[in-house]
Amino acid sequence: MTSSMTHGSALQEAPLLDIDPLLDDPGIRIIVCCGAGGVGKTTTAAALGVRAAERGRRAVVLTIDPARRLAQSMGIDLLDNTPRRVDGIDGDGELHAMMLDMKRTFDEIVEAHADPSRARAILENPFYQSLSAGFAGTQEYMAMEKLGQLRARDEWDLIVVDTPPSRSALDFLDAPKRLGSFLDGKFIRLLMAPAKMGGRAGMKFLNVGMSMMTGTLGKLLGGQLLRDVQTFVAAMDTMFGGFRTRADATYRLLQAPGTAFLVVAAPERDALREAAYFVERLAAEEMPLAGLVLNRVHGSGAARLSAERALAAAENLDEGRIVDQEAGKAAGRGSTGSSPTPSAVEPDSESESHQPSAPPTSQLTAGLLRLHAERMQVLSREQRTRDRFTALHPEVAVAEVAALPGDVHDLAGLRAIGDKLASGGLPAGAE
Amino acid sequence: MSRLQVVSGKGGTGKTTVAAALALALATEGKRTLLVEVEGRQGIAQLFETEALPYEERKIAVAPSGGEVHALAIDAERALLDYLQMFYKLGSAGRALKKLGAIDFATTIAPGVRDVLLTGKACEAVRRRDKQGRYAYDYVVMDAPPTGRITRFLNVNDEVAGLAKIGPIHNQAQAVMRVLKSAETAVHLVTLLEEMPVQETADGIAELRAADLPTGKVIVNMVRPHVLDEEAVRTAAAAGRRKDIARALTGAGVGGAAKLVGPLLEQAAEHAQRVELEREQRAALEALKLPAYELPLLSEGVDLAGLYQLATELRKLGVNAGADAGTDAQ
Repeated sequence: MTSSMTHGSALQEAPLLDIDPLLDDPGIRIIVCCGAGGVGKTTTAAALGVRAAERGRRAVVLTIDPARRLAQSMGIDLLDNTPRRVDGIDGDGELHAMMLDMKRTFDEIVEAHADPSRARAILENPFYQSLSAGFAGTQEYMAMEKLGQLRARDEWDLIVVDTPPSRSALDFLDAPKRLGSFLDGKFIRLLMAPAKMGGRAGMKFLNVGMSMMTGTLGKLLGGQLLRDVQTFVAAMDTMFGGFRTRADATYRLLQAPGTAFLVVAAPERDALREAAYFVERLAAEEMPLAGLVLNRVHGSGAARLSAERALAAAENLDEGRIVDQEAGKAAGRGSTGSSPTPSAVEPDSESESHQPSAPPTSQLTAGLLRLHAERMQVLSREQRTRDRFTALHPEVAVAEVAALPGDVHDLAGLRAIGDKLASGGLPAGAE
Repeated sequence: MSRLQVVSGKGGTGKTTVAAALALALATEGKRTLLVEVEGRQGIAQLFETEALPYEERKIAVAPSGGEVHALAIDAERALLDYLQMFYKLGSAGRALKKLGAIDFATTIAPGVRDVLLTGKACEAVRRRDKQGRYAYDYVVMDAPPTGRITRFLNVNDEVAGLAKIGPIHNQAQAVMRVLKSAETAVHLVTLLEEMPVQETADGIAELRAADLPTGKVIVNMVRPHVLDEEAVRTAAAAGRRKDIARALTGAGVGGAAKLVGPLLEQAAEHAQRVELEREQRAALEALKLPAYELPLLSEGVDLAGLYQLATELRKLGVNAGADAGTDAQ
């Protein structure tokens, strides 16, 4: 594929995602950033929060697992599981931020819904302790739970939420349901009251199934684990309806018109494949997708010079230098070997502005050209992966964020990303 | 070289690619490797451009000079049903358990059980022998969960010991831990020369060490070549040299050179900044005191050819030569 021709044409096919109207819309109360791991979801969520606040909104960012320095810069490196106001926001708006502590969130649910003695029994149960700290879906469930709590407090007019770095992007939609259906599902009720359940159902199968099941699981896991589970379940009894109800409520909240999903990706095959998958899934779940944020997009101010021509020119420069050196002559002032001068220790060091250690102009220029060729290869690879996504989902609006040389860990950096997000189109410096 | 090679890494660092390249690199001179996937993502199938892998070992690639790579996507649910079948002859009752949600409970909710089943299957493949008493696979390479979860994933004993104090799962966990904590195992972490992945790698190594799990190598992936250093960029940006560069471009056959110098120098400045950041991250990795491999960034992205190229790089770095070197064992 010839990158110079396709660059630009594909961009017109994908509509531009306009971030500012989204952030300014008072009807939008929740923005969910989702996508594969390692694509800059947390940074995007934080940058959106900063921008929304500086455009006058009272925003809160719920992050899941921020980089340490980013968390420090926002003052949320303390794990107290409540939003803290972020200092240094310009304008009338406010930004609050928090980092999710999943175990604490789970504990708080238990404490809020059970009397003290029962709560203690649950919190001390070994099965509960593993479940609250370790179950693969707990983080997702608790993120959604926390989102529901923040929304219910109604102290913020915009909640930006980051999603956990899941095994797959879909876990975040599935896990709450899975945990919810486990906690008040058939299996748990069987564990709790086998005789009653079996009797009511009037099915011999269930009785047989039940005793065989507890027997087998008991053998497999050890009877003591099963007893822990049964104790836990008995103690949680009063809360089960609550879990299901809340999982359902959060799910409906995500489908509501006040919610906007942003799928975050980088222009790499795997990340965009996950993104496409997510777009399809959101549509199936009738969840409102606002668009795709494409991070780390490379651009070039010299895009009209192709990789091939840059490499050919670099070779010309190299050959010129070798020829000159073999001839015992210095390479000319940049143009290859046009003005011979007497040989020196460093055969190209006569140019007026050179420091003694400076490489010869031809060598330097060849380096610049090689660097450019490398950049153009990256550009065309990114373009190909994006074209593939756009072909599958031409309706999805896209905002691009140019690649930065380093990581972001302060408000100024987040602000800069916000600017790039809002300008949304070609990365800075691109033609 | 340890026989169980566990490859982890932060999301986006290419751990699946590295695991696959390592499996290829180890499968030389008639050796057989098994590449296992435990997260149900079908990343291996995508990488090798084949249809989704079933829960069965099958050959997916042939390595240079006659080696073979086999692949297996371990499915916890199937592993549990197999296991129950093997020990309890459950038959159709297994399906009844599944219907009741018991299998779902055991494999997704009961903490640690899933991990015991997944690591257990991998360890079984490590220990398996054929009729002649030779190992069924010379090496088993695991595309493991990401760095943030790897210690918890491998440290199944601690996870399960507190919960299942007796019974087959408990015994299984003990057996698995014996393999995982021995010199038979090496846990490699894949990273990029960027701040967050390096930080996670440092945290991951500390956690692995605290759990007494054998750390292997730090594998730095997608290393970009250093075309120009900062010194060169500084001199290039000096006012007097812009004209020289424009002339050199014109002389080399590049048209419109005057307008290109600015953007080219800008790219060079970004490059220099990145080189400097990478130097900091390299220093942070060196402080971990672990052997490191560096793999180049493939400008065309990783396709099947790229995978073989990375395997060749790993071989050059001494991956398969080290059969008796034992550099991984601690």
